[in-house]
Amino acid sequence: MRMKNFKNLRLALGMLGIFSALLVAGPAASAKDDDTIKVGVLHSLSGTMAISETSLKDVVLMLIEEQNAKGGVLGKKLEAVVVDPASNWPLFAEKARELIAVHDVDVVFGCWTSVSRKSVLPVFEELNGLLFYPVQYEGEESSYNVFYTGAAPNQQAIPAVEYLMSEDGGGAKKWVLLGTDYVYPRTTNKILRYFLEEQGVKDSDIMEEYTPFGHSDYQTIVANIKKFAAGSPTAVVSTINGDSNVPFYKELAAQGIKAEDIPVVAFSVGEEELRGMDAEPLVGHLAAWNYFQSIENPTNAAFIKQWKKFTGDEDRVTNDPMEAHVIGFDMWVQAVEQAGTTNVDAVRQAMGGQTVESPSGYKITMDAKNHHLHKPVVIGEITEDGQFDIVWQTDGPIRAEAWSPHIPDSASKIADWTYPWVCGNCTEAKFQTLPGVSAQ
Amino acid sequence: MRTILSSSLGGLARRFFVVLGILFILPAQGVAGEFEDALAGLGSKSRKQIKSSIQQLAHLEDPRALPALTALLEKRLRVDAEGRLYEVVEDSGELLRIPGGEVVASPPDSLRKPRINNAVRRVLGPAIAHLQLDSPDADVRRSAAEALPDRLSERMLPDVRAAAEREKDPQIRELLALALARADIQSGDSQRQLAAVELLGESGGRVAASILSTLLEQIDSEEGSEADPALRKAIESALARIEMRTDLIDMAGNLIYGLSLASVLLLVALGLGITFGLMKVINMAHGEMLMLGAYTTYSVQILFLQYMPGWIEAYMLAAVPCAFAVCGLVGMGLERGIIRHLYGRPLETLLATWGISLLLIQTVRLIFGAQNVEVANPDWLSGGFEILEGVVLPWSRVAIVLFASATVAAVWLLLQRTPLGLQVRAVTQNREMAACMGIATGRVDMWTFGLGSAIAGLGGVALSQIGNVGPEMGQAYIVDSFLVVVLGGVGKLAGTVTAALGIGVVNKLLEPLTGAVFGKILVLLFIVLFIQRRPQGIFALQGRAAES
Repeated sequence: MRMKNFKNLRLALGMLGIFSALLVAGPAASAKDDDTIKVGVLHSLSGTMAISETSLKDVVLMLIEEQNAKGGVLGKKLEAVVVDPASNWPLFAEKARELIAVHDVDVVFGCWTSVSRKSVLPVFEELNGLLFYPVQYEGEESSYNVFYTGAAPNQQAIPAVEYLMSEDGGGAKKWVLLGTDYVYPRTTNKILRYFLEEQGVKDSDIMEEYTPFGHSDYQTIVANIKKFAAGSPTAVVSTINGDSNVPFYKELAAQGIKAEDIPVVAFSVGEEELRGMDAEPLVGHLAAWNYFQSIENPTNAAFIKQWKKFTGDEDRVTNDPMEAHVIGFDMWVQAVEQAGTTNVDAVRQAMGGQTVESPSGYKITMDAKNHHLHKPVVIGEITEDGQFDIVWQTDGPIRAEAWSPHIPDSASKIADWTYPWVCGNCTEAKFQTLPGVSAQ
Repeated sequence: MRTILSSSLGGLARRFFVVLGILFILPAQGVAGEFEDALAGLGSKSRKQIKSSIQQLAHLEDPRALPALTALLEKRLRVDAEGRLYEVVEDSGELLRIPGGEVVASPPDSLRKPRINNAVRRVLGPAIAHLQLDSPDADVRRSAAEALPDRLSERMLPDVRAAAEREKDPQIRELLALALARADIQSGDSQRQLAAVELLGESGGRVAASILSTLLEQIDSEEGSEADPALRKAIESALARIEMRTDLIDMAGNLIYGLSLASVLLLVALGLGITFGLMKVINMAHGEMLMLGAYTTYSVQILFLQYMPGWIEAYMLAAVPCAFAVCGLVGMGLERGIIRHLYGRPLETLLATWGISLLLIQTVRLIFGAQNVEVANPDWLSGGFEILEGVVLPWSRVAIVLFASATVAAVWLLLQRTPLGLQVRAVTQNREMAACMGIATGRVDMWTFGLGSAIAGLGGVALSQIGNVGPEMGQAYIVDSFLVVVLGGVGKLAGTVTAALGIGVVNKLLEPLTGAVFGKILVLLFIVLFIQRRPQGIFALQGRAAES
């Protein structure tokens, strides 16, 4: 009996030994490889978000391949470290820690949902990592360790509403704010509500409505929208996310609501999402982004061509978050070359003010103060082929407002990472109080 | 006419010739020139130009503009390199010249579609309606009267009035009168206003209510003005009447929406009512049977597109038996291969069927990809009809209600009126006794499970018409299905039907009061409480079968 236990113990120990040897050997073998620069890719490759995030991983791989073909960065080859956080928010934090602590990556491109970003934020701040976040989001955030390459609300939601208010957009007087029930739609709608009130829209002319994730029965909501809209021009601002969009648009079409009567502007519907939909009922409805595949310029044409070649599929489409990764990656490469090192602190310093020629057709600049991009806003109508017909755009890139001036609580907050502010969320300069930063 | 012409045409020489034409040659010629100019403007590359041309055409009231305008709306208008217009005939694909309508034998190479946006569509609809008011065809006039904008523009007002006067069809005349009343109410002529308020109160809808309450606010804000007290009173009573009518319609509408949601729930849960309800197999793979049914629909659609595109409209009819067969076969295979070894061990069954569901999801993902696939509604299932004012029931939902009723009837007949049904009932009530009587219980199990899966497949066909088709779609319905079956009472199909109806209608009645999220929570809470009080569900099995 005793002997047997002892045997088992020895066996277990042996197994443990082999296992830990394997564990150590893995990272050690790659750590020895000093002539590569490691780029972490933190996108879900399984689970509900895989549909959107997989193509972002592919974009980063494509950019790395292209950069290596040009000779790499600082004379070294780039090496991608891809992990799969599986659409599981806590797992995002674990995988982020693994990328920085175990694989020792120099930069991470990743996350889609705001929940996942909030989940990895403490990890990046604790380990002083560098994250490029490519998706439009609700704002109200600025981190020392994150560069936001997607749109803040004033670069997407507010211009879209202004367009719908204009004569060309239908001169909407009443507003339906419709969203999936989680942080991004709720915060965006809060900002929009304050904004609309500033514009003199009465409270009774705003209808705010939320549905659970994966909601599929929009009969009542669409009927209510019709009732609400009777008599005056109305627009719907949709922050419905993911799969629910299909039954929503199908119901709109089935109940005979046409885009010219009640236009719907969506913030989460792009070319990639339209691939899985029958676009016919959506024609004429709008989406606001910073980039569309249908924008015509040489940079974009080259980007689309490269993407189709990389994926080997003529039917693949490009979209806004993919373009954001292109901008972020190009800027990071420039910053590393300027800094002469991949050291996170040095690269961060160099990132501020970087400018690249983007597929959206504009020169895009990184704001040194709030770590967001200056981006143009483009509004497009959905066409039958799942693309967008551009109906309105800003004259040029506009600066992101990390903290919305429309929300009273955050109007006085300032995100500024340059001396003497050095903070992402404060009302007065406070550089001394931030340890590790003032040491620079 | 002269002032209009000179204000709308540019170019001194041109103006000179037109004026000359009017004065000396043939007045009609000048108008025709303007007409052709406006028509040519439809092919412009600038949306602004297209928009003003449309308004111009509507104003000219030349019915020859109709084919071009409707072609533009229906995306059948083409422009060649020289700016000449053509219309594509929908069925034949022939190219017709505009204006004129003669067939073009050899189409020019570089045809493009004029690009229009919502701003253009907003003037296009009323323009077409404006021109169609004179149509000799009553149906065309009716649709034109329906398409009239909520507030008539100054330009349209006299034409609509004239059309209303010569209209014979009472239904169209009422539509026109309503449109006129909406305009008259702002006219300031108190006699007209009173009549209009009366008419709107009698048969107006929400648009009328909104116009009336704006007018009421206007009267209230202009204090001291000699606002007619009679008018005020008339407006208030008209508003009350409209509100009563619309409230009634809302109630009816919610009931109808509830019925439609119930029929979806029923189709989704009916298969489970058999595999879980009758056979007591906790079938976690039920959702995946729905998914397989939907993917079968998708495959049938692809096959039709590939091999018989002419019959594409009928693919749904072919998809129903295909999904039934595919899911039935998969179900029977599962029963024979795995589930029959696990009868009487609910925990293992649960785990095994859950494993099967993961396997099926991954298999479908490998074959069809992780992206959702596109299942288009055939034309005869698109759109809907208005059963009450403002309550539109889409054809796809009507079809689902009918389909669900037919499926329930068929299953009921099968279980109650056929030898197989008798055997199924016998086996599920008392397996040993049935075996003693010579029934091959194993085979009956296989058929029953196959039937349950096949019906789930039918549910999948229906779901493909209203929702997403993706590998994970089944997961969204599995909880609802179990809720329906458990609430209805395990072992009774009548229970499943009642529970589906109850959940659907209650959900839809609560939704306007509480919002979608909270409504769903309330329904769940209600079900939990109900099950606490009555664990056997609405319909309980009675007799000895219930005790075992």
